Amino acid sequence: MDVQAWTTLIVGLTFALYIGIAVRTRAGTTGEFYVAGGGVHPVTNGMATAADWMSAASFISMAGIISFTGLDASVYLMGWTGGYVLLALLLAPYLRKFGRFTVPDFVGDRYDSRTARLVAVVAALFVSFTYVAGQMRGVGVVFGRFLGVDVETGVMLGMLVVFVYAVLGGMKGITYTQVAQYCVLIFAYLVPAIFISLYVAGHAVPQLGLGSTVSGTSTFLLDRLDGLHTELGFPLYTERGAPLIELVAATLALMVGTAGLPHVIIRFYTVPRVRDARLSAGWALLFIAILYTTAPAIAVFSRTNLLQTVAGQPYADMPEWFKRWESTKLIRFEDKNGDGLIQYVGPGFVDAATGVAVANELHVDKDIMVLANPEIAGLPNWVIGLVAAGGLAAALSTAAGLLLVISTSISHDLLKRTFMPRITERGELWAARIAAAGGGVIAGWLGIDPPGFVSEVVAFAFGLAAASFFPAIFMGIFSRRMNSQGAIAGMVTGLVFTAAYIAWFKFVHPELDTREHYLFGISPIGIGSVGMALNFAVALAVSRFFPPPPAHIQALVSSVRTPRGAGEAHEISVP
Amino acid sequence: MPEGPSAPRGDEAARLAAYWRANVRTLAVLLVLWFAVSFGCGILLVDQLNAYRIPGTGFKLGFWFAQQGAIYAFIALIFAYVAAMNRLDKKFGFDEV
Repeated sequence: MDVQAWTTLIVGLTFALYIGIAVRTRAGTTGEFYVAGGGVHPVTNGMATAADWMSAASFISMAGIISFTGLDASVYLMGWTGGYVLLALLLAPYLRKFGRFTVPDFVGDRYDSRTARLVAVVAALFVSFTYVAGQMRGVGVVFGRFLGVDVETGVMLGMLVVFVYAVLGGMKGITYTQVAQYCVLIFAYLVPAIFISLYVAGHAVPQLGLGSTVSGTSTFLLDRLDGLHTELGFPLYTERGAPLIELVAATLALMVGTAGLPHVIIRFYTVPRVRDARLSAGWALLFIAILYTTAPAIAVFSRTNLLQTVAGQPYADMPEWFKRWESTKLIRFEDKNGDGLIQYVGPGFVDAATGVAVANELHVDKDIMVLANPEIAGLPNWVIGLVAAGGLAAALSTAAGLLLVISTSISHDLLKRTFMPRITERGELWAARIAAAGGGVIAGWLGIDPPGFVSEVVAFAFGLAAASFFPAIFMGIFSRRMNSQGAIAGMVTGLVFTAAYIAWFKFVHPELDTREHYLFGISPIGIGSVGMALNFAVALAVSRFFPPPPAHIQALVSSVRTPRGAGEAHEISVP
Repeated sequence: MPEGPSAPRGDEAARLAAYWRANVRTLAVLLVLWFAVSFGCGILLVDQLNAYRIPGTGFKLGFWFAQQGAIYAFIALIFAYVAAMNRLDKKFGFDEV
C-alpha cells in the first residue's frame, strides 16, 4: 500500500474510534457536560490531561524548534513541563476542593464579584479562541500534506469530528476520547523515534540514544553534531546562545501560563477527591514527559541526519523526500553561487580554503522535522500514516478541551451565573451545546483563513494566562486578605500590560521586534512573567486600601485549604 | 446569603492553622528544589555545568539538565508532594474518606 492509502486507513480508523467513544459517553446533565460527572480515575484524568495539553505545536513543531535552536529551546521543554509543578502544588488541589465547574467560577465566587467573573470570562475566551485557531490550522495542514485534500476540506472534516464528540458528550465524551487520542499520539511519536534511535545510535530508548555514540564509531552523537555545527559556522548546539534574562523570563512565563490555562485547570474538577487531583497532576506530567523527553532526541537525530545528507552535497543527488517537501515550499533551495552544491551554513560563514564569505542557500521549515522524519530515515509507509494520525489526535484533543472552555464560559459563567440565573438545567445544557457548536465554527473559520497572527498566539495565550489567572487564583487561595478590588486591579493591569506589549511588537511595529528594543531585553514570549509580577504588585498594593473580604469569603478560603469533604463538583443552589 | 462553609472555630481553627503552616513549609521546600533544577541547573548555571559530563555519555551536564533532567525532577517533585500531603492530611485529621 502507498502512503496515501495507509494514511487514509489509519486516520479513518482513529476517527471512527473517537466517534464510537463519543456515542457511548453522551452527557445527560450539566455535571456530566462540564466535569464528566466528577468520577474520573486519576490515571485516566492524567492521560486525558496529557492529550488535552499536548497540542499540534507539541507534536508537529516542538522537535523542529529544538532542532534549529539547540540548548536555548529548553525554554519550551522546561516551560511547558515545569508549569505542572506549580499547577499541582499551588492550584489544582484547592480548586478541586472548591469544586465548581469553571475558572471564572472560582474567581467570581472567591472575590464575590460579578466584575471579577467577567474579567475572567473575557480572558478565558480570548486565550481559548487564539489557541484553538492554531489547532484547527494544524488539522488543515496535516490533512493537506498527507491526504492531498485542501486545507479548507481538512479543517471542515476535523471540525465535524470534534463537533460530534464535544457537542454530544461534553467533558464526559472529551475525557474518554482524549484517553484514546493520547494512546494514538504517543504511539505515533515513539515508533519513528525508536526506529531512528536504533538506526543512528543503536539504542532503542531515544532518551539514552541521545547520550550515546554514533553507531559503529566511538564519537558521541552530541559531539558529532557540535562538530558539524562548528564546521558549517552554526553556533554550538549544546551551548547557550540567548541572554540569561530572556531564558529566565520566557521559561517562567511559559510555566506560569501553563498552570493558568483554563482548559488544563478544568480537567482537575473531574476527579473524585482532592488527593486524586494531586496524584492526577503527577500522572499527567509523567505522560507528557514521555513525549517531551523524546523530542530533544528526535531533534538531535534529525539535525545530524539533515546536515550529513544535504550540507555541501550536489543538489542533483538529493533523495526523493527532499524534492517532495520542496514542492510544499517547506524546503527551499536557491543556488546563489551557481555551483550546483547545497551550501547550508550559518551566518557569516567563511570558506577556510579561499577566505570568501559563503551565503546560506537552503531554508528548511521547522515543522518538517517530525513530519518528514520517517521518510528521511526511510521508514515504512504505515509509519508515515501513523504520524499523520498522531498529529491529528494532538490537534483535535486540544481543540476539544478549548471548545469546552468556550462553551462553559458562555452557558455557565455568562448565562447561568451572571445574566440568566433562573435558566433550567436543560436550557443550560442546550446553551452549552450551541456555544460549543458556535465556538467550533468560529475556530474553523479562523483556521481556514487565519488573520496572519496564528503563529504568534503562543506568546499571547501563555502571556495572558500568566498575567491574569495564575496570580488571581494563587492569591485567592494563599492570601485571606486579598479582596476583589485588589484582584481586579491586578488582573486588569496584567492583561492590559501584557496584551499591549505583545501587540506593540507583533502588530503595531513588527519591524522593532528585535532584542535591542525590548524592555529589559525580554521578548514578547517572556513578557507574561513581567505582567504576572505587575499583577501581584498592583493587587497587593490596591488591596491594602480596601477592607478585607467578608466573613463568608474568609470561611470559603479556610474550606478550600483542607481536603476533607470535597464531594463532587456541583452547581450552587440558587436562593 | 449564598450557601457556604461556616468559619472554623477554636480547636478546629488551631488545627487548620497548624495544617496550613505545615503545608506551606512543604511547598516551600519543593519549590526551592523546583527552582534549583530548572532555573538553577538548566539556565543560570548551565554554562558552568556544561564543563562537566555525565560519565560514559555524550551529555554535557548543563545541557542534560535543561533538556532531560529538569523534566524528570519535576515528575519526582509532584509525586513527592502527593506522598507528603497524604501524610499531612492524615496527621492533622483532614484526610478524605
